[in-house]
Amino acid sequence: MHQTEYINSNDIKWFHACQVEDVPHNGGVCVKKGNDQIALFYFARTDKWYATQNLCPHRHQMALSRGMTGSVGEQQEPKVACPFHKKTFSLDSGKCLSGEDYHIKVYPVKVEGGKVFIGENAINENAQIDKDCLQCAS
Amino acid sequence: MKRIIVVGNGMVGYKFCEKMAAKAPKGTYHITVLGEEHRPAYDRVHLTSYINGTSAEQLTMAPVSWYEEQGIDLHLGDAGVSIDRENKILFTQSGLELPYDILVMATGSAAMVPPIHGVDKTGVFVYRTIDDLDKIMDYAKNVKKAAVLGGGLLGLEAAKAMVDIGVEKTYVIEFAPKLMPRQLDDAGGAVLRSKLTALGLRVHTRKHTYQVLGKDRITGIQFVDESELSLDMLVISTGINARDELAKAAGLATGSRGGIIVDDQMLTEDPSIYAIGECAVHGGMVYGLVAPGYDMAEVAMTHIIAHHLEGENKQRTFTGFDMSTKLKLIGVDVASFGDPFLTADKAQHVIYEDKVNGIYKRLNVSLDGKYLLGGVMVGEASQYNNLLQYYKNSMLLPEALDSLVFPEQKGDKPAGAGLAALPDGALICSCEGVTKADICQAVKDGHESVDALKKCTKAGTGCGGCVPMLKDLAAMTLKTMGKEVRKDICEHFTYSRQQLYDLIRLDKLSSFEEVLDKHGKGDGCEVCKPVVSSLLASTLNEMILRKNNDTAQDSNDRFLANIQKGGTYSVVPRIAGGEITPDKLLVIASVAKKYNLYTKITGGQRIDMFGAHLSDLPFIWKELIDAGFESGHAYGKSLRTVKSCVGSTWCRFGLHDSVSFAIQIENRYKGLRAPHKLKSAVSGCIRECAEAQSKDFGIIATEKGWNLYVCGNGGSKPQHALLLAQDLDSETCIRYIDRFLMYYIKTADPLTRTATWLNKLEGGIDYLRKVVVEDSLGKCLEWEVEMQTILSQYECEWKAAIEDPNIRKRFAHFVNAPEQKDPTIEFVPMRDQKRVLEWQ
Repeated sequence: MHQTEYINSNDIKWFHACQVEDVPHNGGVCVKKGNDQIALFYFARTDKWYATQNLCPHRHQMALSRGMTGSVGEQQEPKVACPFHKKTFSLDSGKCLSGEDYHIKVYPVKVEGGKVFIGENAINENAQIDKDCLQCAS
Repeated sequence: MKRIIVVGNGMVGYKFCEKMAAKAPKGTYHITVLGEEHRPAYDRVHLTSYINGTSAEQLTMAPVSWYEEQGIDLHLGDAGVSIDRENKILFTQSGLELPYDILVMATGSAAMVPPIHGVDKTGVFVYRTIDDLDKIMDYAKNVKKAAVLGGGLLGLEAAKAMVDIGVEKTYVIEFAPKLMPRQLDDAGGAVLRSKLTALGLRVHTRKHTYQVLGKDRITGIQFVDESELSLDMLVISTGINARDELAKAAGLATGSRGGIIVDDQMLTEDPSIYAIGECAVHGGMVYGLVAPGYDMAEVAMTHIIAHHLEGENKQRTFTGFDMSTKLKLIGVDVASFGDPFLTADKAQHVIYEDKVNGIYKRLNVSLDGKYLLGGVMVGEASQYNNLLQYYKNSMLLPEALDSLVFPEQKGDKPAGAGLAALPDGALICSCEGVTKADICQAVKDGHESVDALKKCTKAGTGCGGCVPMLKDLAAMTLKTMGKEVRKDICEHFTYSRQQLYDLIRLDKLSSFEEVLDKHGKGDGCEVCKPVVSSLLASTLNEMILRKNNDTAQDSNDRFLANIQKGGTYSVVPRIAGGEITPDKLLVIASVAKKYNLYTKITGGQRIDMFGAHLSDLPFIWKELIDAGFESGHAYGKSLRTVKSCVGSTWCRFGLHDSVSFAIQIENRYKGLRAPHKLKSAVSGCIRECAEAQSKDFGIIATEKGWNLYVCGNGGSKPQHALLLAQDLDSETCIRYIDRFLMYYIKTADPLTRTATWLNKLEGGIDYLRKVVVEDSLGKCLEWEVEMQTILSQYECEWKAAIEDPNIRKRFAHFVNAPEQKDPTIEFVPMRDQKRVLEWQ
């Protein structure tokens, strides 16, 4: 949904992440952007792209791109599960869906001519990584 | 609008408020609560858990906000000082004058301090409130020797607390000749004593304490017999005194040994004043347990609604309460129910004593042998719930009583047997007064899980002892409703694992996407993806990363390695049976050095190399494979390792060549994916050096062949494997393993190890033996063929991965900079190797 919203927007600065075929179906890859790491996901069934920060806020691991993707609920909200402790995050809102107060940054994505572009700035720029929140996992 | 004042905010006072909020007609009353402590009511039953880190918040019955939501005025840190009964006004410590229509005394009790000289010295404590515990924990830090005065229920709880705090020597001093004199007979008390002594407690009975020694601070205690015990600390827990001083001052009648006298409606002699909980005395008894207190709260509430609030005119009476109790004291099960002391002229005794394991049981059976009148259990009390039902409901006893005395055997009978025989009125949760009928009705109304039942009926929310019965009752009720207990994998697949297995085979499906298209909905998730992937592997055994199945694998399977802290991976090549040549050891050494890996021997006789970057994995494996290694599947829910002892080739005791057999078995089942990981071992003789009886399937050599054990487990819930068949030749042994594994793979729930699978299998090991050995289902030939097909598909996943450029390119951290490693990974040196930086 958000990708159509932003595709024609001129306010967003896009950067070229990779080629469409570099990303596995229904899974993710990690994109290097300067010193940042962004997780990029492709949902083949709905032909939708999502991008988030690669850092899982729970144990601060660069791991979300290696997580399993999926959906939850009637609305089929897209999500990813961190491979470390299976905390799940909405790819739409960045909200943690495992009942904890974490947020991850979500970036806009667009595809043009077989190239995947990611927006420079997160959609939910205010999402903070809560560095003090260090509850033990499971 | 009636003004109700509840004096006291303990468990019972809170329960009264909760019941009023739930049942009394809204707008007809207003409640004000006075609580003497500065925190709202908390769970005193589990007070000792506070020592082990349960927070005061976790113990709280309901937060302050709950009282606000219910419109209840809560005054903490305030207590009643006098009552003007004529004008119905309560005066409080802080100077409040509160007019009331109804006064509910729930003032509870205080620790009873016996008349001993010098109890005011520093280092002497009582054990009653969280504040007491804070003081005790603070003081105990520098204490080496502490004693608890009182060997009753509370005293032993306090002693456990001292042990948990870490006091070096803890003594229990009891005036009576035995521990728990109110619950246990002499023999039971003696068994409990020997068990507690073995656990390090020092128990002194028949000791009458005379005075506390020391100047200002305790240095010991002296007994009436003039003997002395040097101590740094004393905790007094000799019983309780009802807090009746406010009622007494108001002229209300109290019992000769304390307590406000109440009738069957919990009314005092003043028709506007009730008393509930430990401050009340009913029929000459003060009840020091929470369950009767809750019952009193219910009775008082019913009476108030009927007589003051024009609500439903219901009647309930308090007619005394069963003081049966079961608890775990420092790891020792103790239970007492009914009348445990009935003498031989009033009851027949069934006594079971096992001095080796410290178990004592006594049942008091009516003289005609028909009914259970009471009993005692020490050391083992798994039958308590069952026996309590026989006692409470006056159910006819079975002719053979041994089944009631001996511990329940696993697999003996299907879960819940006996529950069906209970009358509807049988009390299942005595804390909350919930009957079998209440629970069954709740299940029928759609509250099918234990959590839902807890929310709906409140059963199981007190001491929690009835939770296993709730589970069984739910299963039983659902079954009688003709409803199967649903085992859907997740929201995307309304099938159980077993059903989906059959569908996948029937439709010959080979990828997650196909299975989702045909039988599921949505995009799948982290629950169903690994399940379906495992099923596909168990049916076809195709290389798991092909056909776009890579992203449907659990993360470890997707990268054919175990993810570790920091995001690096570990590498475990297969070392079948734990046998390895010096040359291969050299290869592991050189690879580990080249890629800077931390090495460690695993519990399964293999070598694990940690700290590999994702992009290094294909290079590492290329070198290992070139040297003759293959994947060890340490990352998969599949066969891990077949451990072996050195066997008859070297060992002077060995009966057969356990190493060769272990290698044969490991190579046979390598790569076989199952609902959970599989571990195995082969021992060359009964000394069992390979620990085969802790494995999913284990083999031990006998004079005549091999004994096959199945469904053992180490890990968090250790369980010994059970003998499936004995004295087998190698070929038969393998055939039985084939059948056993296929049956398990086909029927187990996701992520269920063989031990848990067997525990849930109706009929247990006997049934399993019929299926596997006697072929009672007539499926064995089919399974053997299927197994052969799966095994013949084996290929080393890592070899396949590095030879396929499309798969190989996935092993990069950055899609747009595949040559770069994750710069955030940091290592620090440790014992001549490295470790990953601790996560934050």
